[in-house]
Amino acid sequence: MKIIVCIKQVPDTTEIKINPVTGTLIREGVPSIINPDDKGGLELALRLKESHNAHVTVLTMGPTQADAVLREALAMGVDRAILLTDKKFAGADTLATSNALAGALRNLDYDLIITGRQAIDGDTAQVGPQVAELLDLPQVSYLENLEVKENNLFLLKKQTEEGYQLLEADAPLLVTVLASSFKPRYMNVKGIVEAYSKEVEIWGFDKITVDEENLGLKGSPTKVDKAFAKGIKGAGEIYEMDPEEAVGMIMRKLKEKYII
Amino acid sequence: MELNQYKDIFVFAEQREGGIQSVTLELLGKARTLADTLGEKVVAVLAGHQISSKSQELISAGADKVIVADYPELKDYITEPYAQTLTHVINNFKPSVLLIGATTIGRDLGPRLSARVKTGLTADCTKLEIAEAGHLLMTRPAFGGNLMATIVCKEHRPQMATVRPGVMKKFDTDTTRTGEVIMLKVDFDKSKFKVRLIETIKEGKGKIDITEARILISGGRGVGMEGMPKLKELATTLKAEVSASRALVDAGVVTHERQVGQTGKTVRPDLYFACGISGAIQHLAGMEESDYIVAINKDKSAPIFQISDLGIVGDVNKIIPLLNERLKK
Amino acid sequence: MDFNISKTQTLFRQMIREFAEKEVKPLAAEVDEQERFPIETVEKMAKIGLMGIPIPVKYGGAGGDNLLYAMAVEELSRACGTTGVIVSAHTSLCAAPILEFGSEEQKQKYLPGLASGQVIGAFGLTEPNAGTDASAQQTTAIPTEGGYILNGSKIFITNAEYAGVYIIMAMTDKSKGTKGISAFIVEKETKGFSIGKKEKKMGIRGSATCELIFENCFIPAQQLLGKIGDGFSIAMKTLDGGRIGIAAQALGLAQGALSETVKYVKERKQFGKPLSAFQNTQFQLADMETKVQAARMLVYNAAWKKSQGIPYSADAAMAKLYSAEVAMEVTTKAVQLHGGYGYTREYPIERMMRDAKITEIYEGTSEVQRMVISAMLLK
Repeated sequence: MKIIVCIKQVPDTTEIKINPVTGTLIREGVPSIINPDDKGGLELALRLKESHNAHVTVLTMGPTQADAVLREALAMGVDRAILLTDKKFAGADTLATSNALAGALRNLDYDLIITGRQAIDGDTAQVGPQVAELLDLPQVSYLENLEVKENNLFLLKKQTEEGYQLLEADAPLLVTVLASSFKPRYMNVKGIVEAYSKEVEIWGFDKITVDEENLGLKGSPTKVDKAFAKGIKGAGEIYEMDPEEAVGMIMRKLKEKYII
Repeated sequence: MELNQYKDIFVFAEQREGGIQSVTLELLGKARTLADTLGEKVVAVLAGHQISSKSQELISAGADKVIVADYPELKDYITEPYAQTLTHVINNFKPSVLLIGATTIGRDLGPRLSARVKTGLTADCTKLEIAEAGHLLMTRPAFGGNLMATIVCKEHRPQMATVRPGVMKKFDTDTTRTGEVIMLKVDFDKSKFKVRLIETIKEGKGKIDITEARILISGGRGVGMEGMPKLKELATTLKAEVSASRALVDAGVVTHERQVGQTGKTVRPDLYFACGISGAIQHLAGMEESDYIVAINKDKSAPIFQISDLGIVGDVNKIIPLLNERLKK
Repeated sequence: MDFNISKTQTLFRQMIREFAEKEVKPLAAEVDEQERFPIETVEKMAKIGLMGIPIPVKYGGAGGDNLLYAMAVEELSRACGTTGVIVSAHTSLCAAPILEFGSEEQKQKYLPGLASGQVIGAFGLTEPNAGTDASAQQTTAIPTEGGYILNGSKIFITNAEYAGVYIIMAMTDKSKGTKGISAFIVEKETKGFSIGKKEKKMGIRGSATCELIFENCFIPAQQLLGKIGDGFSIAMKTLDGGRIGIAAQALGLAQGALSETVKYVKERKQFGKPLSAFQNTQFQLADMETKVQAARMLVYNAAWKKSQGIPYSADAAMAKLYSAEVAMEVTTKAVQLHGGYGYTREYPIERMMRDAKITEIYEGTSEVQRMVISAMLLK
């Protein structure tokens, strides 16, 4: 079985703080990480490597610094790493990003493509399904579990608001997975020691199969009209008081609001 | 693309087991406002099986027209039959705008569809307006919720957007409204139906919907495993639901469907009790629209105090038990 | 001179810090309180290769260097001193001497188990009457047909109860003094070998510290480590390496206490302002940070030299001497800055202070380190 996992390097948004005066983001010192859902995808692929001897390729698109997340994936145990990087890809919205990824995937063999459900910097959850459409592959999103039956038939558990659905589909297939369902393993020490001596393939536009029109800013149907810091709601009353007084204050406010 | 051929605000009417989802009604409410601004119509697209009787519900909630696709293949949501149906609607009816609920269904269908008809899709919009030039301005949080971005899709149609449940206000239901119902004929390409549904399991967790709660008692790292019972007690007394920040969900103390924030749910209750929550921005993004926010935290510089209406600097694990006692009296 | 840590080290630190934070720290108080050996943590560490960091890949290790190993002990100890010493004793005092002094057969027999963490290692030198004066060994190993008969006992042995392989020093020829001491590899299930009483300790309370008892215990000749009479030299060289581990443990404890304190002084308010706003606090923290950084430089330098094959005995001694004293000073100051809370078990600071004390004592007291360092100067 051949698996390709698509991952994204993202700023750890849990580490981003707001400047209380200006209301702007403090981005300095925010670490870059593998997007959590994508890391769950790596875990699923590595489990299939162990159970079904799958060959796992990891693919990311981004600037050259995105090399770091590929090294991490190598240290976790993936077999092959590809960095998709080219100025032509820059400024892409989700559809143009999906076009670039699909362009690379067209030149790779796979039975299963795994992406994370969504990235924590954009939270759009669009790239997985869009890539599936562009490659004419069936998709199962919000994946909680995957079992391999005989002849590359997959049994899939998909999360819904009320519970889950059990689905089946044949390979090739694209799934988007949830971090909470696949707790990622740690990099292992041997993997870390060897990570930087392994090859990371660099693929530019010339290595992929896609119409240039569909890439980058040009290939993006959506544009950012404007971006702005969210206005901070003014702080209300703040009190430092002992528990007795605090409870009294809360009770008064609840009464004022007709809650009690 | 002849942009002027595209008109009207379309809403994907999400149904589950024949029941119209609340987010659909919210989208119809918003669509109504947008359509009135443009002088266009609101069209609901209802896909399912034996569901045409639900058309009036959509009309009462603001639709001028309902397109019904009634096929056994559409009984339960599966990506491909739905994508084919909606593609057919887009190609034949040429909507200017298509709104979809940002549910597990909408977030599966929306991107698939946008790639198929080659248009843009803006996810999880919190604000939709019409620009002077007539195009749609789609505003959404980015960067973990602190930056807002207004997205436009000027050269492609339809302009697609998903909106999370609970974000838009419903239109006041008017059962006297009338509208047109169109039965849609779809020729499915069944060779593409490659995913088969074996069964749908409900786990009863749907009963807990923190987005519907009027009062939320929300716990964070400062509460921990030990403090949870006291929070639950307070929730019971105030007829509230318990919710939590990501810290407690990650720690396994509270289940994911109770998580508030960018990766959890967006809530806007009348009263939000933030207990031991420092207020990382991805948490604030999910609750700052709450009407009244009470925050209790040990750390005076916690960001939660920047948005709370009443902030108490103190030990939540001392204050909540005492509050429970007082409320019982 | 390049003080940057490499990309590999950066990646390793990212992993070990997350591991320590998520898997080790949550157990630290319980392990201390219940004097419980954290076997589940050892299993988790084994799975990702932390029990064989500097062991070559061909013997089942991770093929890392001593700097990665020191970083691992540092980061683990930052969360839990017990976990740090488990890895340190296992790696430096058991796997390392087999790697350095063992025959090819011995390496192939013992290293894969140790490096994979399937087997935990321990080391026995200290005896009731042979502490700092390690040459006063009373445990004897009398040659017999096909091997040696061991009699005697060892005390204060880290990992004792849970280990599967032990490096044991014993006197093979008392007339030769230190040249009469030999080193043996002893397996757990050996007739005549048993584990004695478990010590009740002030700190690192989760590490199983016990007595080892040998009563007419037959050890096959193939388990002699190095040559007859090499034992004392093996022990001393092993301790040179071990000191890097303990120095890293001390460094981790100091860093852990410092980080906790920085967090605490920003939250805790007295006289209407956070403790961090008082100049006394600021100056104390500045001194603590400076010393911790200095200790780190010494530890990394000694580890780096060992990996480069450069003589490092005095460097390891300086690293251990300084780090241990810094650990004691920083944890003590950290308790003071925490005030009454620091003295309670509600905060991890008092545990760190208790854990830190041992680093000035074991694997050579601070006084022994001073002897090693001055001997190098005066030779």
